[in-house]
Formats: sequence, structure tokens, C-alpha cells
Amino acid sequence: MTTTQTASRATVSDPLDAARVRADFPILQQEDGQGRRLAFLDSAASSQKPAVVIDALAAYYRETNANIHRGVYELSEKATARYEEARHLVAHFVNAASARECVFVRNTTEAINLVAHTWGRRNVRPSDLIVSTVMDHHSNLVPWQMLAEETGAELAHVRVTADGRLDLDHLDELLAREPKLVAFPHVSNSLGTINPAAEIVRRAKAVGAVTLIDGAQSVPHLPTDVQALGCDFLAFSGHKMLGPMGSGVLFGRLELLQAMPPFMGGGGMIRKVELGRSTYADVPARFEAGTPAVADAIGLGAAVEYLQGLGMNAVREHEKVATAYALDRLGEVAGLRLFGPADAGSRAGVISFELDGIHPHDVAAILDGEGVAVRAGHHCCQPLMRELGVVATTRASFYVYNTGEDVDRLVDGLAKAQRIFAV
Amino acid sequence: MADQLYREIILDHYRNPRNKGILDPADFSHEDTNPLCGDEVRIDLRVADGRVETVRFSGRGCAISMAAASVLTEMVEGKTVDEVKAIGRDDLLEELEAPIGPARMKCATLGLKVLKAGLSGAGQGDEDL
Repeated sequence: MTTTQTASRATVSDPLDAARVRADFPILQQEDGQGRRLAFLDSAASSQKPAVVIDALAAYYRETNANIHRGVYELSEKATARYEEARHLVAHFVNAASARECVFVRNTTEAINLVAHTWGRRNVRPSDLIVSTVMDHHSNLVPWQMLAEETGAELAHVRVTADGRLDLDHLDELLAREPKLVAFPHVSNSLGTINPAAEIVRRAKAVGAVTLIDGAQSVPHLPTDVQALGCDFLAFSGHKMLGPMGSGVLFGRLELLQAMPPFMGGGGMIRKVELGRSTYADVPARFEAGTPAVADAIGLGAAVEYLQGLGMNAVREHEKVATAYALDRLGEVAGLRLFGPADAGSRAGVISFELDGIHPHDVAAILDGEGVAVRAGHHCCQPLMRELGVVATTRASFYVYNTGEDVDRLVDGLAKAQRIFAV
Repeated sequence: MADQLYREIILDHYRNPRNKGILDPADFSHEDTNPLCGDEVRIDLRVADGRVETVRFSGRGCAISMAAASVLTEMVEGKTVDEVKAIGRDDLLEELEAPIGPARMKCATLGLKVLKAGLSGAGQGDEDL
């Protein structure tokens, strides 16, 4: 009874009609053996794809498939135009000053590795300081460890406060040492914390540091403006924002990209090749060696248009409503410990928690039996888990298609887990 | 599915683990973790006249990994070292009486993996066991 009441209360101020949005996602129309539809609460790992994205992929292969650039026949010209159009859509989506500032990659991890391999090897010297954070995903930790090992640079990590925010005083202490690079997540993939990205960039730039934002969990969920953020690099994944698997983007300020050596060598990234040496193409082609994932880039363009149709402010407000409702309902569960900031305004739609006496994997397995998909584990954040004093958490994450009913089913599933384990 | 997975045997062994603890000294002692989920299992054995006289397991992890390690200790107790080495994955799964899917197989077999790695790692010590 209370469930229904709170659910309807939760949808009152929701600017998105999530039930209608949901109808755009074929995979979410499926029912399991018991006639239940999937409550998909793992979009932080990878989102589902709307029909327009799936159709864009199919249409590309049915109507436009050909290798891009250099083809002198019409099909290749069409494919090239669609690919470059997708780049413009993505650039507009994050308000880049030029589409040339957007490099297509496979995912956030590849984008960050690209920066480490090219900008990093060119610019980082022994005893230079590279700053990232305890909150970072392994993809924003390991590439810098590898770079430090190779260059002799030093690593330091901004600490996390008890309520799951970056310790900005500690950031300032590290900035006093004038780091070469400051890399951090806009939104924590484990805690959901929205970090004050523009402010962190401002402080880092004041001491001359280059800044890289891991936008994997922010670009899909928050209005993003790279010019307002002021960052040098922003890495994000297309597959977490309704786009195809294998699509991702590195935004880089043109001036920096132009000064960077290539990432991989091969076709597409050259100007002129002799047997002994080559000169390289201008950006962004310099960083896109070989045949790119053309269909996936075009699919990402379709995803971006779909998100713009919903409106990113509406997406953010919807997730705030969903998160507030989930925090409320999870707060009612006895023996449940929430991680991260308590207020929905400080967090994106990611909620990590722990249930007394039941391991996260068991929680997730029982929820799976109820048709509720969540993630359990360290979420590629082992250092953060260590900091929180846990081996793993259970994580529920929300996106445009999630409704209050999904949250209710999560809470019902947790009650079932507690019944099974008799805790 | 979850109803079948968390059957009586798993829940019973998870709530009331058999042979839980450590042996010091032990004739054989080994531990490992499941890197995917962080589950940890350690197994200690004392052997007399070629038979497992005492076995203890310790660690932390999900119900499947802990219950499976507990069940394994009961299977091992009193057996000869050769008999223990012959215990396979299917033997353990049969004892668990639960439908372990691919996602949880590493949890279920962590204890067995620790036991086997330890026994083979004992190398020449096998003669003494």
C-alpha cells in the first residue's frame, strides 16, 4: 500500500515519462517465464539501446556499408558523410568548439589509454607528479600506473571523505606540488557522487596542470559542456549512453591534440608514407588508425539525437527523482547500509549498498531470480572498496527507462533475500 | 532459480559451517582468492598414515563459496590423499545439490581449487603426507 503511494509520489515531478521512454527499448519489452518484465538496474555498466539506435545500425549495414575515406564511389562517400556527421552530433552534445576535438575510440578505457600513450609519453618526465583519485575506476588508475612505471613519474591520489566525496583540501595539498596531470571522475561509478568538476579543473589549471575527466558516468546522465568545464580531455563511452557496444569518444582540446604524437600506426592516420618514415594526418584522423567502427559511431550519433530529444536536463531531473525515491525506499530496509552522499542532489543515479549478513553476490543472485538485474562486486574500484572497508557492494543504477516500479521490485527482492537468509 | 540455488544444503552450511578455523601447525596449508569477487578461502590439513585426519577451512565470501568449502571439508575428512586428489568438480556439485550456473561456478569451486593447488604444490611432500 505504502509502496504504491510513494511510487506515485515519486513520479509527480518527473519530467520524463519513463514508462513511455521504456516502450522505445525492445529488450525491455521481453517477459520472463513468469510474465515479469526485466527491471534493469545496471545501466552504469552498459545501457540498453532504443530501437532508433538498433535501426541506425541495421540501416547502415543494409544501405550504406562501405569503408570510409578515400572511396571514390557513392556508397563510400555516403558512409564517410554519415560517420563525420556522427562526430558533429557528438561534438555538439558535449559543446566542443570543433568536431575535430572528438576522436572515436572503443570506450572510455581506450580514450584514457590514448592520452597516457601519446600526451603522457611526450610530456611526462621522471619525478613529475600525476594525480588521480581513490574514487577512480581502474581505467583511470592503471594507465597512469603504467605511464609512471615507464617514465619514472610519481603518483598521488586524492582521498575520499567518509560520505563519499573527494577531499578537496587534500586535492589542494597535492596541487601545491604542481602536478603535470590531474585526472578524476566527474561521477563515481561506485558511489554515484557528482564531483565539482568545473571547480576541480579551475584549481588544477591554476597550477598549470593538464586535466582529464573520466566522463563515463556523467556524459550519459548530466548536461555536459566541455567549454564550461574547461577540461583538456574528457573520456566517455557510447555504450553507456544508449549507443552501440564498442563506441566511445575522447574529447581533447584542439591545441593539445595537435601537439600529440599518434596512438597506433597504420592506415587512415598518415599523410605520406615512405618505407623508412611517415608523416601523420591532422587530428582527429591521426588517432583513428585502421578502419574505425563506422556503424557504431553512426549508432552513437543516433543515441545522441535520441537523448537530445528527451532533453538532458529532463534526463538529469528524472534520475534525481528516481534516486531520491530509491534512497527513501532503501532507507526503510533494516540492515541496509548505503554508501556515498545521502542527498540525491549530490549524486547521479548510482546507488551502492550492503545488506547485513548477506554477501553482495548472493543478494544479486536472489534479485536475478526476481527479474531484477543489479551488479555485485568491486565495480572496478578495488582501492575505493578497500577504503570503504568492504570487499564488494551491491549496486543499482538508473537511466531514462527506469520507473518507480523498478525500485519497488528491488526493495521487494531485498526483502526476499532477507527471508531466504533469515537475517 | 534463486529458490533452487539457495537450497537447504547451501544455507545450512553457510549458517553452520563445518570444520571452520585454522590448524597450526598443519601438514598442508593453502589459500587463494577469486579475483572477480574477492572471495577468499584457506584450507589447512593434518595427515596421519596417508589419511586426512583433520581439515579446517577459513575465509570470507558469498554463501556459495563458503558453503561449498564447508561441504568439501566433510568430503575430505578421513580420505586418503589419493582419494582427495581424485575429487572432481562434479563430485562437489553433486554434494551441493544446487544448480550452479556459469556465473557462480568460480565461487562454488574456489575451495576445491585451493585444495588441489595446495596438494599439487606440496610436490615431494606428498610422500610424507
